[in-house]
Amino acid sequence: MKVIIAGAGKVGTMLTRKLLLEGYEIILIDDDQQVLEVCTERYDVMAVQGNCASMETLEQANIKKADLLIAVSGGDEYNLLCCMTAHGINPNIHTIARIRKPEYGEQIYKMQDVFALSMTVNPERQAALEIDRLLKYPGFLRRDTFARGRAEMVELKISEKSKLCNVALNDLNGIIRSKVLVCAVRRNGIVSAPDGNFVLREGDRIYVTATSKELTSMLKNTGIITHKVKRVMLCGGGKVSFYLAQQLAKSGIDVHLIEKDMPRCIELSNRLPEVSVICGDASNQNFLESEGVEQCDAVVALTSYDEMNMIISLYAQNYNVEQVITKVDHTDNSKIQDALGLGSVICPKELCCNQIVRYVRAMENTTGAALSIHTFADGQMEALEFRVDDKTLHIGDPLKALSLRKNVLIACISHGKVAEIPNGDSTFALDDRLVVVTNGDVVLHQLNDIFA
Amino acid sequence: MNYRIMGRFMSLIVLTEAIFMLPAWAISVLYGEFESARAFAVTIAATVIVSVLVYVCCKRARIRFYAREGLVCVGLGWLIMSFVGCLPFMISGEIPEFIDAYFETVSGFTTTGASILSDVEAMSKGMLYWRSFTHWLGGMGVLVFLLAIVPASGKGSGFTMHLLRAESPGPNVGKLVPRLRQTAGILYLLYLVLTILCFVFLLFGGMSPFEAICTAYGTAGTGGFGIKNDSIASYSVYIQNVCTVFMILFGVNFTCYYLLLLGKVKEVFKDEELRLYLGIIFASIVLISINARGMFSSLGETVQQSAFQVATIITTTGFATTDFDLWPTFSKAILVILMVCGASAGSTGGGFKCGRILLLFKALKRDLRKTLNPQKILVVRNNGQMVNEKVLDNLHTYLIAYVFIILISFLVVCLDGESLTTSMTAVISCVNNIGPGLDQVGPTSNYNMFSVWSKIVLILDMLAGRLEIFPIMILFSRNTWRKMV
Repeated sequence: MKVIIAGAGKVGTMLTRKLLLEGYEIILIDDDQQVLEVCTERYDVMAVQGNCASMETLEQANIKKADLLIAVSGGDEYNLLCCMTAHGINPNIHTIARIRKPEYGEQIYKMQDVFALSMTVNPERQAALEIDRLLKYPGFLRRDTFARGRAEMVELKISEKSKLCNVALNDLNGIIRSKVLVCAVRRNGIVSAPDGNFVLREGDRIYVTATSKELTSMLKNTGIITHKVKRVMLCGGGKVSFYLAQQLAKSGIDVHLIEKDMPRCIELSNRLPEVSVICGDASNQNFLESEGVEQCDAVVALTSYDEMNMIISLYAQNYNVEQVITKVDHTDNSKIQDALGLGSVICPKELCCNQIVRYVRAMENTTGAALSIHTFADGQMEALEFRVDDKTLHIGDPLKALSLRKNVLIACISHGKVAEIPNGDSTFALDDRLVVVTNGDVVLHQLNDIFA
Repeated sequence: MNYRIMGRFMSLIVLTEAIFMLPAWAISVLYGEFESARAFAVTIAATVIVSVLVYVCCKRARIRFYAREGLVCVGLGWLIMSFVGCLPFMISGEIPEFIDAYFETVSGFTTTGASILSDVEAMSKGMLYWRSFTHWLGGMGVLVFLLAIVPASGKGSGFTMHLLRAESPGPNVGKLVPRLRQTAGILYLLYLVLTILCFVFLLFGGMSPFEAICTAYGTAGTGGFGIKNDSIASYSVYIQNVCTVFMILFGVNFTCYYLLLLGKVKEVFKDEELRLYLGIIFASIVLISINARGMFSSLGETVQQSAFQVATIITTTGFATTDFDLWPTFSKAILVILMVCGASAGSTGGGFKCGRILLLFKALKRDLRKTLNPQKILVVRNNGQMVNEKVLDNLHTYLIAYVFIILISFLVVCLDGESLTTSMTAVISCVNNIGPGLDQVGPTSNYNMFSVWSKIVLILDMLAGRLEIFPIMILFSRNTWRKMV
């Protein structure tokens, strides 16, 4: 499949890397020659320099032969015009545009056909939704759902006081009295697939799959506190903050939003009447204290500087705030983040990339590609959902009889409406959905790739 | 410097070469030449063993590949490849001296066609085949071939762009399609099809298949090794004309053929470099025909002979049908200028490249106009598109490096005491990968009289010319081998 990516910024290059690994042909468009030169050095792509919304440039990028256009350049308007022009030249093309301005939200939704869009992505809104979900189910660092919400994968951190600390995985299900599967453990930044004798230690992050029901009982039995979040402090008044505040205020949570810039504060206060907007510097510890950070159930650091977000999170943890969420734009320094113990880390750009990759895979769904894909631990680990079709091998064979590829694990099988965490005797049948966990090195194009 | 990944590349290069040596071995066996068959067998066996060992040792290489590794890989790769290529000549004893065998092989791979052999016909068939085949492999480049066949290893496959850029001639190397591997594949496919066409046309002219394939290799790579002592001279006029046409075809940028296949005929004929290239050829033929008409009996023969010489020199092939050393001075001067000019960028030909000359002239024109109107902003355009100033800067650097290499080599070669014309044209001929020069190195003579030192200098010149100078120069820079830049 031929994919054109307009805009070689952070999302553009991240997408390039991910889609290349999946084996697509990629043409990059950007108006900055230097950026393109760097990209062609690093990635096996063709580059076209020019304005991505102009017909001439698009034609140079061979838009007539392309299957998908992803417009992730700087401006929303550019992206829209780019998709409309592309659609004008090639009516069969799929188009994805990144639209980030909240003002456009409604018209994009209503006029998707006019703009000729197959999908829009809004990294900030998506991040806000993700944070919202985390705040409503505290205790997890991350939470993803599969099989239409019947199975979940969560990330947990083992603390010193946890019941799970110093427990071997074989004894795990006995202690929490529910059936879960630990797919991966991340220790000191390295992700590994554990076996039954693996003993959990303090500071490990574990990735657990379970059905939604089992997960609730696991929460209860491990003593992870699940009392509801009532008071949240948001540091930084950017787009993510705006979407998040809107969302939280709707569900009746007391939101305190801190922003440095006075005019922005006034604008936010105008648009979010239920939110208390405070003008001040969130990196100032005394100020945070005076604003009652200790009484908050959760602190979300959303300023535009990663460093500042990390510091704010460390303050908050110092005050024993129960849930701390940090927004990070650069994913390259994940080792430091682990060492600092920042709690949940959200990267809007990565979320956005994952969403697009999911769409691209769905486009190829006819050939049996994954229905959905979730990446964990900075892409060191992936969970993919596949449907079993008539071409799938080993239908009806018990799992213990199969030989899977190295670093591949079947984490969940859902038969119709029932999700199951598999053991050696489990089997899968036609139209079942499988969740497969793998480390990032193995690219699984279709379900049969998991068999050795 | 990532030595392991370089080791991996080296072993792959040499392994490919060993595989390509198999046909030469088969031909030796077929003609019952056991001495050369043994030489090929020993070389192939030794090469395979060593390269597999090196590959296994370097298996756990980190995929970190930057411009420095790319350039060094190309430079070293060609040196090692030529070393392996010269082993059969030495082992069989047909060219006993190492430096001579190495000169001959480098001359083959760089598609120069300068020979130290005085009696080509005395060579065994297997050796002649291998000699001509080095032209074909060197013409498009062995790394480009590797890129086309080695599966992209997922992560880091983009780093190999450095290799393509280092080995393909021309000021700005681009891809034809998004995938590097496909680009390399398309290039080799076009190359193969054109070579086969050339081979078939030569067969029609009554050549034996062996002669036809060797001549086709020489033409395709724009190399110029003949299998007869008088090169192409004793063949029919038809065969000479076939060679003329195909030499000119192989001197065209291969992107043009790809565009033709896509049906973009207009774009191809609007290409400024192609126009310049064909224009120079036409003008040179006319001028030489007028100047050298007294040398031939009929007008037809005059045009045919001058067309052949112009084609053989501008595409840097170096076949010979007549001793142009006997021609009038003006005609010889035109040929010397054509030697420097060279073929198009992105072709198998060598030289300074028409594309570069075109850009340099445009830049010169621009700078002249700028001296009159210093405030005026003028951009250089090529095919209607603006040329980046960085490309022009690189071009000037390249020109300086090119001139210096010629001058310094000239000085060293002059120590041998040959005439000025001989020394100068030998150097120009080697740097531009042509083959014959004038006077003592004219079309009917060879390079055997030079001393060992001169031969080493000429070997480096040939490599520098083929790889566009920088990959070879960089091998001699101390900075390259430092741990940190």
